[in-house]
Amino acid sequence: MRSAGPSICGARAARLVWPGLALLLLLASNLVSFDDGHATLHTDFFRIEIKQGHLYGSLVDVLNRAAPVLLTALGMTLVIATGGIDLSVGAVVAIAGTLAAVLITGAAPLSLPAAAALAIGAGALAGLWNGTLVAVLGVQPIVATLILMVAGRGVAQLLSAGQIITVEQAGFTAIAGGHFLMLPLPISIVTAAYVVVAILARGTSLRLFVEATGDGETAARYAGVPVPAVKLVAYGLSGLLAGVAGLLIASNIKAADANNAGLYLELDAILAVVIGGTALSGGRFFLSGTVLGALLIQALTTSILTRGVAVEWTLVVKALVVVGICLLQSPAVRARLWERRSAA
Amino acid sequence: MRLPLTRTSLPLAATVLVCGLLYAAACIRHADEGFCTWRVLVNLLHDNAFLGLAAVGMTFVILAGGIDLSVGAVIGCTSIAVATLVEQAAWPPAVVIPLVILGGTMFGGGMGAVVHIFKLPPFLVTLAGMFLARGLGLVICLDTVTVRHPLYARVADLSLDVFPVPALVFLLVLAGGMYVAHLTRFGRAVYAVGGSEASALLMGLPVGRTKVGVYSLSGGCAAAAGVLYTFYTSSGNANAGTMLELDAIAAVVIGGTLLSGGVGHLFGTLIGVLIYGIIQTAIAFEGTLSSWWTKIVVGLLLLAFILMQKLVQSGAQRHA
Repeated sequence: MRSAGPSICGARAARLVWPGLALLLLLASNLVSFDDGHATLHTDFFRIEIKQGHLYGSLVDVLNRAAPVLLTALGMTLVIATGGIDLSVGAVVAIAGTLAAVLITGAAPLSLPAAAALAIGAGALAGLWNGTLVAVLGVQPIVATLILMVAGRGVAQLLSAGQIITVEQAGFTAIAGGHFLMLPLPISIVTAAYVVVAILARGTSLRLFVEATGDGETAARYAGVPVPAVKLVAYGLSGLLAGVAGLLIASNIKAADANNAGLYLELDAILAVVIGGTALSGGRFFLSGTVLGALLIQALTTSILTRGVAVEWTLVVKALVVVGICLLQSPAVRARLWERRSAA
Repeated sequence: MRLPLTRTSLPLAATVLVCGLLYAAACIRHADEGFCTWRVLVNLLHDNAFLGLAAVGMTFVILAGGIDLSVGAVIGCTSIAVATLVEQAAWPPAVVIPLVILGGTMFGGGMGAVVHIFKLPPFLVTLAGMFLARGLGLVICLDTVTVRHPLYARVADLSLDVFPVPALVFLLVLAGGMYVAHLTRFGRAVYAVGGSEASALLMGLPVGRTKVGVYSLSGGCAAAAGVLYTFYTSSGNANAGTMLELDAIAAVVIGGTLLSGGVGHLFGTLIGVLIYGIIQTAIAFEGTLSSWWTKIVVGLLLLAFILMQKLVQSGAQRHA
C-alpha cells in the first residue's frame, strides 16, 4: 500500500516542518524580552545548570511538564489514525490516579508496583471498553468515549469518596519527582513509551493496519485487515497510556484529585496530534509530529509563564496559536497560497 | 415513508418514556418529602435553565452535523462580562444584555465562518473558541463579581413569587427554536446539511449560510445562558460553565438527536434536560447518595440510549 520510496519519506518529513518551525520560533522568542520599552537579548531560557547531579533549566522543565500530554497524545495518535477519537482520557487519568492512591493508602496497603500495575491496568480496561463500544457495537467514537468522559470522573470520585487523597509514600512521589540519567524521571518514562509505540508501529504491521482502517474502513475490511482488533488495540493503548499519565499527575501533586486531575487533558492531547500533522479524519499518522505538537503546547505555556505575562492571558494566546496552526494546515488555505504562488 | 418515522420517533418516544418513568419513580420514592409538587417541577426547570438554553443552540449545531465545544466557556465569559459592565462600569442591564448576546452570536458566527471557509473540523475550531472565550473571561476578571443592580433583585422576587424568569426564558427560546427548526426554510436547510452536506449543496441550499447560522445561534444561546447564569446566581464568574458543553451534548444525545447530524428534535432536548434535572434532584432528595452518582447515572443512561439507537438503526436497515 505504501512503498517506502524516497518521495514518500520526503512527504512524511515535510509534514514535520511546520510544527517543528513553530516550536523553534516559539523557543527562539524567549531570546528577546521587552523590558522598559526596548528589546534586550538574553539566553536565560536556554541555560541548563547542574544542581546536585541533576539538570535544571526551562528546556528540561518543558520536557518534564509535557509528559502527561505527550503520553496521552501518543495513544490518541493511533486512535485518531483509525478515524476515531478518545474523549475519555482525562477521566481515565482521574480514575487511574485515584485508584493508585486508594490502593496505596487504603486499609490493606498494596506495594507500589502492584498498585501502579492495577492503575495502569484499569486504564487499559477503560480503553478496551471504549474499543468494544466502537469496534464491536459500531458506536460513533465521539459518542462512545463521551460516555466514559461523563461517567469516568464520577467513578473516580466514587473511589475517593469525593476526597482529595494525599499520598506521602516516597516511592510514589518519586515517579514524577525522581531522576534518571540526570533528567527528571517522567522524561525517561515518556521516551520509553514513545520507543515502544514507535517499534509497534514500524516493526509490526500495526501502522499499515491502522492507516488502512482510517483511510477507508470498508476497503480495509475487504483487504483482510482485522478492523475490530486494530481498533481495540488503538483504544486499549490509549487507555493504558492515559493510566500511566494518571500515575504521573497524581505523583506530581502527591495526591489524587478526582475532580481536577487531567481536566481538559483530552483536548490538549487531540490538539498535539493535530498540530503534529495527523488529520482528524484518520489515515496517515505522525508519531514524531505528535511529540512536536505536545512540546509546542508545553513550550507555549512555559514561555508565557517565564515571560511574566499574567496567567489569564495563557488561554487567549493558546487559542490564537491553535487557530494559526490549524489555518496553516487547512487544505483550503494551502490551496489558496499555492494559487497565489503559481500566479506570481 | 415509515422508515424515517421509526428512526426518529422511536428514540424520542423511548426518551419520553424514560423521563416519565424516572419522574414517577422519584415521586413514589419521595412522596412524603413532597417530590411530586409543582414547586419541585418548577425548580427543576429553574436549576437547569442555562444548561437547557445552551442545549437548544447545541441541538441546532449537532443537527447540522457539527459540534460546539465553546458553549461552557461562552457562558463563563458572558457572565463575567455582564457582571463587570453592570457593577463596575455601571452600564444599564438593558444595554449590556443585548450587547453580550450580540457578541456571543458574532463569536459563534465567526467560528461557523472559519469552519465553512477553511474546511476545518468543527471540533478543533470550537475548541480554540473555547480557549479564547475562557481566556477572555479570565482576562476580564479572575474573581467572582456579585451583581447588586435593582433589576436583579426585582427578577429574583418575581422568580420566587410568580414563576422563575430563567425557566420562562428557556421555555420561550425552546418554543422559538422548535418553530425555527420545523417550520422555517432555515430549519429545513439545517436538517438537510446535517443529513448530507454534499446533497444539500447539490439541491442548491445555502450550505455556508446555514452553517454560519447554526453556530451563531449556538453562540447567541450560550451568551443568553450566561446572562441567565448571572440572574440565577446574582453574580458573574469567568469559570462558570466549566465542562457544561459536555452536559449539553449529553442532554442532546439523550434527547434522541444523532451526533452524526440530520436526525433529532428540539423537544427531545427538553426531555434530555429534564432527565438530567430529575436525576440531580432525585439524588439530592436521596440525601445519602453523593453528587458523583449523577455523573455515573447519566453515563449509564447515555450508554442505554446509544445502544437503543443502534438497535433501532440496525432494525431499520434490515427492513430496508
